[in-house]
Amino acid sequence: MGDMQTLSRRAFVFGSAAVAGGIVFGAYGPAEAAAPSADGNPLAAGLGPNSVTFNPWVEISPDKITLIAQHADIGQGVGSVQPIMIAEEMDLDPGQFEVRFAGPSPAYFNTGFKEELAPFLAADQSPAAEAARAAALESLRKSGLQMTGGSSTIPDTYEKLRVAGAVARETLKAAAAKRSGVAIADIRTQSGHVILPDGSKIPYVSLAAEAARIPPVLDAQPRDPSTWRMLGKPMTRLDVRAKVMGELQFGIDQKMEGMLYASVKLNPGKGQPLKSYDASKARAMPGVKKILEIKNGVAVIATNSWYAMKAVDAIACEWAPSAYPAEQADHWKVLESSFKPEFLGKEWRTIGDVEAGLKRGKLVEAEYRAPYVAHQPLEPLNGVGLVTDKGLEIWVGHQSPQAVQAIAANAIGLKPEQVIFHNQWTGGSFGHRLEFENVRVLAEIADQMRGTPIKLVFSREEDFLQDIPRQIAIARHRGSVANGKIVATDLQLASTAPFKGLLERMGAPSKDPDPQLAAGTWNVYYDIPNFRAISYEAQGLSPCTTWRSVGASTAGFFTESFIDELIHAAGLDPMKARIAMCNVPHYRKLLETVAEMSTWKGPLGNGRGRGVAFVESFGTPVAEVVEVTATDRGIRIDKVWVAVDVGKVIDPVNFENQVQGGVVWGLGHAINCEITYSKGAAQQTNYNHHEAMRIHQCPVIEVRGLENDPKVRGLGEPPVPPAAPALANAIFAATGKRIREMPFNKFIDFV
Amino acid sequence: MIELKVNGIKRQVDVVPEMPLLWVLRDELGITSAKYGCGVAQCGACTVHIDGKAVRSCQAHIGEVAGKSVVTLEGLHNKDQNPVLQAWIAHQVPQCGYCQTGQIMQAISLLASIPKPTDEQINQVMSGNLCRCGTYPRIRAAIHAAAANKMAEK
Repeated sequence: MGDMQTLSRRAFVFGSAAVAGGIVFGAYGPAEAAAPSADGNPLAAGLGPNSVTFNPWVEISPDKITLIAQHADIGQGVGSVQPIMIAEEMDLDPGQFEVRFAGPSPAYFNTGFKEELAPFLAADQSPAAEAARAAALESLRKSGLQMTGGSSTIPDTYEKLRVAGAVARETLKAAAAKRSGVAIADIRTQSGHVILPDGSKIPYVSLAAEAARIPPVLDAQPRDPSTWRMLGKPMTRLDVRAKVMGELQFGIDQKMEGMLYASVKLNPGKGQPLKSYDASKARAMPGVKKILEIKNGVAVIATNSWYAMKAVDAIACEWAPSAYPAEQADHWKVLESSFKPEFLGKEWRTIGDVEAGLKRGKLVEAEYRAPYVAHQPLEPLNGVGLVTDKGLEIWVGHQSPQAVQAIAANAIGLKPEQVIFHNQWTGGSFGHRLEFENVRVLAEIADQMRGTPIKLVFSREEDFLQDIPRQIAIARHRGSVANGKIVATDLQLASTAPFKGLLERMGAPSKDPDPQLAAGTWNVYYDIPNFRAISYEAQGLSPCTTWRSVGASTAGFFTESFIDELIHAAGLDPMKARIAMCNVPHYRKLLETVAEMSTWKGPLGNGRGRGVAFVESFGTPVAEVVEVTATDRGIRIDKVWVAVDVGKVIDPVNFENQVQGGVVWGLGHAINCEITYSKGAAQQTNYNHHEAMRIHQCPVIEVRGLENDPKVRGLGEPPVPPAAPALANAIFAATGKRIREMPFNKFIDFV
Repeated sequence: MIELKVNGIKRQVDVVPEMPLLWVLRDELGITSAKYGCGVAQCGACTVHIDGKAVRSCQAHIGEVAGKSVVTLEGLHNKDQNPVLQAWIAHQVPQCGYCQTGQIMQAISLLASIPKPTDEQINQVMSGNLCRCGTYPRIRAAIHAAAANKMAEK
């Protein structure tokens, strides 16, 4: 299995995602026409007098410096680290610049997606793999696709933002050289000033006008990491103080003169229309200004969000039935019958002769299941919209700025460029703010309320009901062991297709197999001589979308639990066997590290148990050990050790916080969360039904970051997938009980 | 008109008495640190102090709050010297930050009644405050640090 060259080289998403930009944002013109503007600078158009912009990320006026955050901040800290990467190179200190979120522009196309789009394993650095990634990059450049997601912010921006800062710095030095007559080589920069040899200081802002008149120094190079002042060192996130002081304004906190408040009730059979409604009761309720019918539901306009929510709740609606099965049991039946050639997604990877291998030694078979799960960031879906004769202005936190324009415009018959989008700080996302329900609905409401700014807030219940969930999946895995070794592994799963669903809702439907159904299944880095990974795509079920770590959130659980079963069947130690089988040296190092951190010595006894899991997702390998105790009140999670390799740790404090948060996310939802359907509607409509982890269940989580990977990798999602299998494996070690379905609390109690 | 005192200032609002304090603060008075998360006392993001006690403002009808004194995070005295806020910044607790104002108001209330809480006591009092980003390890550390700083002051 070590031969990376044998892997399939047929393009997969490549085709679909790369053209996604061209199709969705086609209103700008074809993808080729958008290409030249990818080099253009969208800041140039809005520049004031005596101001300068060197590139799409830096703007200096006579009174302030503004750095642009192109990726949306969904709590992961990129509203801080993006500008700090620029500030590092510009010799700016926190407090010397403002941060603004980017507007929609192909200049902000996401280069980071090239890693995920090229059909090669992350660990494959062969020339063929690198050539495919280079080709993927060109497709992305042409598409101009600007999107936050796929743990791609740091991979996308690590080089380009440091270069952007270096160009700004060198151009400011050149302007100072011109003004003073001093050689550039004798000029340096410090703390927002150019410093001349005589010690005199020129503030950057006073050089703006002069810098605008000289050509930018485009060949400026970013500095060696050994010289960094801020990056790579413990630093304070720029948003921490404002968040602690309660001063940071989220999207939901926006207020405008003359604004009215809206709340909605939409068909819980996701995507289907309204048949009829009776609003007579709601009309008479306090604060109500107007009742509106929209495409798939009703809206109340009121003087206060609470009045709007109460009144919309009082509207009786008759809905068209859901397009997917009304009852949950039938969703499972569809999945069970999807392991058939006509539903084949793809045979992603084949090594050796699996069928022959399965006939040797002891056969192990197991079925695993993972339910629909909701995203439910704590800030519910919302937005402020205003429609005038010019178009729609919309203030909403979203990960796909161009798609917001396209979806909103399409909803009310505008051109995308007539939609002015202002991105907002958001109270979490986890994939929720890649979808569009609030955007489309807000456009419809604002269009019916022309001239009045409207703030839309979904009630928590409505947010749950309209949440497009994580994929549901069943795995039917087989394997064989002989002579203390794994001989064969046949990994097959049937699932709904989250990424294809997202593309379809973006207006770029794809016929390619969903690559997220390979994640966590095909990228297994153990030396197994006969191996196969196959996906089947179930049809006609609930729409699904990307949920923090996407495909690997379910497949990682299936694969790493099943590998654990095979290891036990072979009579081996779960940690030692994984280390022995791992065929990528720096991935093996992670397993060795987590073994050392946890002082892994085999079984603990006395009702205690440890489980290990290793999953690479979005290019980032993560190894986790979970320790549990079986108490008389249920399973208690005592401690978690995590080792992650991102190539370079850019923001160490936030790195630890993100890893810990990813582990909490993975564990909490595996323990107690699922969305089930009845009468076509999600049955869980608030946190008491879908709780995830609270502080009393939260273990101590020890984190170590390694820097052996040859590339700089992302971190938002990869700590999630190993958490559930490590926990299930620990429960097996402690109790002998093998849990093969999430949520685990259906099978065992937790403290 | 219903009269109440918010952050030391008398305010009058013209709303139905059933309206939860949360929505009076946010939509009528423009005080946004109290957040809407669930509306049913499951998340704690709306936590404020009423007459010194931590309360879920989504559950307090404004008619019942009339005449009482409400303090939101904006109204804390001497914020820069507040040991809880200081500890929250030093430990860089927030990720998205949406729940943190509620977490902080709950933690201040916890430390007012138990100056040096154990992990078990922190769990008991803070388990009603949900954090979807999973900042619990840092919340725990910040509360211990704030307790230590408070003790040192005395």
